[in-house]
Amino acid sequence: MDEVLATQEIDQQPSGRVALLKEFWAYFSENKGAVAGLFFFVGIIIIAIFADFIAPHHPNEQFREALLQPPFWQSGGDLRFLLGTDAVGRDMLSRLIHGARFSLFIGCIVVSISLMVGVILGLMAGYFRGKIDTFIMRIMDVVLAFPSLLLALVLVAILGPSLINAMIAIAVVQQPHYVRLTRAAVMSEMTKDYVTASRIIGVKTLRLMFVTILPNCMAPLIVQAALSFSTAILDAAALGFLGMGAQPPAPEWGTMLAEAREFILRAWWVVTFPGVAILTTVLAINVMGDGLRDALDPKLKRS
Amino acid sequence: MLSYILRKLGVIIPTFFGVTLVAFVFIRLLPGDPVLLMAGERGMSDERHAAMMAEFGYDKPILVQYGIYLKDLFSGDFGTSIITKQPVLKEFFTLFPATMELSVVAIFIAVAVGLPAGMIAATKRRSFFDHAVMTGALTGYSMPIFWWGLLLIIFFSGILGWTPVSGRISLLYYFEPVTGFMLIDSLLSGQAGAFRSALSHLILPSVVLATIPLAVIARQTRSAMLEVLSMDYVRTAKAKGLGHGRVIGMHALRNAMIPVITVIGLQVGVLFAGAILTETIFSWPGIGKWMVDSIFRRDYPSVQGGLLLIAAMVMIVNLVVDVLYGFINPQIRHTD
Repeated sequence: MDEVLATQEIDQQPSGRVALLKEFWAYFSENKGAVAGLFFFVGIIIIAIFADFIAPHHPNEQFREALLQPPFWQSGGDLRFLLGTDAVGRDMLSRLIHGARFSLFIGCIVVSISLMVGVILGLMAGYFRGKIDTFIMRIMDVVLAFPSLLLALVLVAILGPSLINAMIAIAVVQQPHYVRLTRAAVMSEMTKDYVTASRIIGVKTLRLMFVTILPNCMAPLIVQAALSFSTAILDAAALGFLGMGAQPPAPEWGTMLAEAREFILRAWWVVTFPGVAILTTVLAINVMGDGLRDALDPKLKRS
Repeated sequence: MLSYILRKLGVIIPTFFGVTLVAFVFIRLLPGDPVLLMAGERGMSDERHAAMMAEFGYDKPILVQYGIYLKDLFSGDFGTSIITKQPVLKEFFTLFPATMELSVVAIFIAVAVGLPAGMIAATKRRSFFDHAVMTGALTGYSMPIFWWGLLLIIFFSGILGWTPVSGRISLLYYFEPVTGFMLIDSLLSGQAGAFRSALSHLILPSVVLATIPLAVIARQTRSAMLEVLSMDYVRTAKAKGLGHGRVIGMHALRNAMIPVITVIGLQVGVLFAGAILTETIFSWPGIGKWMVDSIFRRDYPSVQGGLLLIAAMVMIVNLVVDVLYGFINPQIRHTD
């Protein structure tokens, strides 16, 4: 009961949270690259949300009179298609804009699944130890024994090639990292006095796990979530490129690259732009993730 | 040291059985009739189907099937390819040198460029060079390598016409494989121009495959170096008048190498994942392309065998790295 009151009291002090956020922002904003990455990422989110309004054409509309038209600044280009058209006359720019939706969607779903399941498994392993711990960690070792992309490919072969299955496969492959991180963090928290104290006053197991311990393990998990968001986008694009992810005509960036492959020596723009989109998005998230890590990791904080 | 190795083996053996279980379950999880999947025949009569059921052991209880699968594995039977009718193990070791050659050259490039870049970046912290290396490393780390490969093909093969687009060596040359490494075999063959041809085929794929490990190694070297450089013994070494090069090269580098070596070891799994994409783009006849082709051809016995062999390979390399690591750093083998 006392513990409950205590947490409520903390909750009722918004100034504590605000101060924490301010401290976080102070560290985070020191890293100019990370701030730039954040703005870029927010920009992509806005583009994805308003894709229908921003894109000049429908992503799958085919302009039969304008096949493989180069970008507007090259001779033969047309201002109607700023970044040119692909082999069946679809506007590259519109497809890229709609592709942002796929990438963000993939990142969100994969991170949510692997974070949720990973945190639960990691909490169980770190909290109960013993047989449960060994069992969970051995399974994770098995998953980690396979190169990630290979395992994802094989999982998709079992489930059937589609975007949803690719996301499930990538989530499974990323799982072990969350489990390991959570387990390690939980184990180090378990030795601290506040956990012992909460246990002595009779806090129930589930509450102890999720309400008392878990919030103190969040820093490494947030960093991992940011980094695995970008890995998820890369892996999904790779699966799409291999024909095992989103299926044509979906304007997913990796799938677009797969369709563009046969034109690489004839039409540079159909190959170049989707890759630039993947690279810049992933780079922005990684730069942001680095900034997050520096701001959240007390070990690296400049004392 | 022995107990350390035994402890590592104690972890790796159950993991290996877990891996065999995954490979075993893989075929049984595929949608469709297992006999049709394994035999790859169409329009099979009922009698033949029943005979095949018995031949593959699908009529037995699942645990017995797993036992038979394990027994076969330990007698070296990793299944037979549906397409080529060759034993999977033989196919694997025919193609393996190609992937090995690509990976070895890639790791060589990654270390040869990444290590000095990270070191110099650390010693010249916050300089232009440092920022350039870190930006480059982050870009490399974020690179969709399948796209990077296509870009290099556009530039070096398409525009400049310097390198061929696919394969390991020009069709003009033929010689029996000795080592399986085309670079060495082409030299041994003594044919004029063979080595040049092999090298020009190898260079782009190995650069593509090296990209991510290079970025990781450069970042890791820099941060390990920065940590070591801030330590007291380095200050002491400087204070007693040792030259800058000696402090960096002899004292700091040696300790900074420990985390770097682990990272290099960890790149083996990453390399295999990268090899899948790189080999597909450059039509490089190795394990990665073979796995992708097998999946598309529904050659499931090959996928099953390859999955197991690759995982075993990665596990063995990781074990060797772990043992080496314990050898270099006594702290490791006495903790955990």
